[in-house]
Amino acid sequence: MNIFVLLKRTFDTEEKISVANGKIEDDSAEYIINPYDEYAVEEAIKIRDEHGGEVTVVTIGEEDAEKQLRTALAMGADQAVLINTEDDLEEGDQFTTVKILEAFFADRDVDLILGGNVAIDEASGQVGPRLAERLDMPCVTTITKIEIDGTTVTIDRDVEGDVEKVETSLPLLVTCQQGLNEPRYPSLPGIMKAKKKPLEELELDDLDLEEDDVEPKTKTTEIFLPPEKQAGKVLEGETADQVKELVSLLKTEAKVL
Amino acid sequence: MSKKVLVIGEAREGSLRNVTFEAIAAGNIVSDGGEVVGVLCGAGDLSSMAQEMVYYGASRVITVANEELKTYTSDGYGQAIYQVIKDESPEGIIMGHTAIGKDVTPKLASRLESGLVSDATEVVVEDGNIVFTRPIYSGKAFEKKEITDGLVFATIRPNNIPALTRDDSLAGEVTEKEVEITNIRTIIKDVIKKSSEGVDLSEAKVIVAGGRGVKSSEGFEPLQELADTLNGTVGASRGACDAGYCDYSLQIGQTGKVVTPDLYIACGISGAIQHLAGMSNSKVIVAINKDPEANIFNVADYGIVGDLFDVVPKLIEEVKQMKVNA
Repeated sequence: MNIFVLLKRTFDTEEKISVANGKIEDDSAEYIINPYDEYAVEEAIKIRDEHGGEVTVVTIGEEDAEKQLRTALAMGADQAVLINTEDDLEEGDQFTTVKILEAFFADRDVDLILGGNVAIDEASGQVGPRLAERLDMPCVTTITKIEIDGTTVTIDRDVEGDVEKVETSLPLLVTCQQGLNEPRYPSLPGIMKAKKKPLEELELDDLDLEEDDVEPKTKTTEIFLPPEKQAGKVLEGETADQVKELVSLLKTEAKVL
Repeated sequence: MSKKVLVIGEAREGSLRNVTFEAIAAGNIVSDGGEVVGVLCGAGDLSSMAQEMVYYGASRVITVANEELKTYTSDGYGQAIYQVIKDESPEGIIMGHTAIGKDVTPKLASRLESGLVSDATEVVVEDGNIVFTRPIYSGKAFEKKEITDGLVFATIRPNNIPALTRDDSLAGEVTEKEVEITNIRTIIKDVIKKSSEGVDLSEAKVIVAGGRGVKSSEGFEPLQELADTLNGTVGASRGACDAGYCDYSLQIGQTGKVVTPDLYIACGISGAIQHLAGMSNSKVIVAINKDPEANIFNVADYGIVGDLFDVVPKLIEEVKQMKVNA
């Protein structure tokens, strides 16, 4: 089975965010594989181990993203592709990303594509379903379980807390939700092996794309931080009195009751 | 410049979700004096819900009823909405950022080769440009975003853009559209209801959330009772989910749901940065925690230092008492 994983390099969830010159400060930031994409990597490896085939991890980004690709290889993916846009693109949006991925997948034999249901940085959640549409594949978002039998696929998906049981077929694109699996940590032998696994680097040219083809449809005009939350009132006295005061404050001061 | 804007409504268990009315309000801003056309897909008689969309500010409403649209599938709804878009040639489309909105809008935008601003919390017209505000890094920062080319397409986060006041003197035409739906590639075999009473965390006005301090799944019972008393719903921190006290679908945080209720009551939650990212934009936050140094107190409007199993039952009684007196 030809399994592909769409991976994004994101800020570590521990990172505090600061803004300088209208941009998110990224000088000293730690990066990770987007946590939802990590579920996708883990599931891809499990599916390959059960059904055979190869797992290819694909990312769009700059040279630095090689580190996250190597981590995915160390977890057990077979090969990785970095579509390096450093020299070609100043800006992009989900339209841009999907144009590039569409070109990448154009002449590839695909059975299954897995991605995260959302990236924790820009959080658009668009790339998976957008790509499925371009590739004319069925798409199931926010999956928490997947079983493959021949070309028949049965899936559990999270729909605002309810579980939807879905039946569909390969080729297919899915986006992964928390609860799908517990991603493994790369083992030491895994890390050693990963260094020798193939990592291909492509540029827009290699995909027969011009800068104009991938011009974004949206632009960010400003980035700002939410107003600093003032630490509030810690109530005092006996519990019963605190509770009375709280209800009264919620009613008269905060006006939420 | 005035625009024609489609607003895709959404029903849940036979009635419109509140976010539909909020989307109409957003549609009114984007249309800038133009026409706001409601669209409602489903099965059976949709006319009374369509009428309700008119009362909340839609100029007119198109209903698409088809047995294939009884339950949501991305192929079914995608085809139905796409056919309405082709008929109407709108300059804007607005929908709620709900499970359905998140699933269907990227596919439509991709097919239309348009931009899409997801999860907007505000929309304004500035110097003739339509400017959306949306959270990034799970609410640790915000960005302003504009569509530079073509269709103004956006989903809006529930609970953020106020709906217009219902006015049943408003009149608007409701028309039915027939669509052909073919080739549904994902079949819904079953839906297992886990959410307690149909209020999704993202739309809840009141959330009572538990963390590791709740200690067990039984420990969530008083939280559920408090939530019921306040007509709210229960959420959880990652700690509580990882410990197996509750389902991951309840998780609030950087991984998990991002919520903005009117009232958020955090019980036994320490306040890790990932959790704060998911809830710190709530309008009013109450923290109940044994540890006076807990990080959660830094974002709370009101704090009670104490054992949640002592505080929560008292709080339930006090709220009930308040309701009796009211």
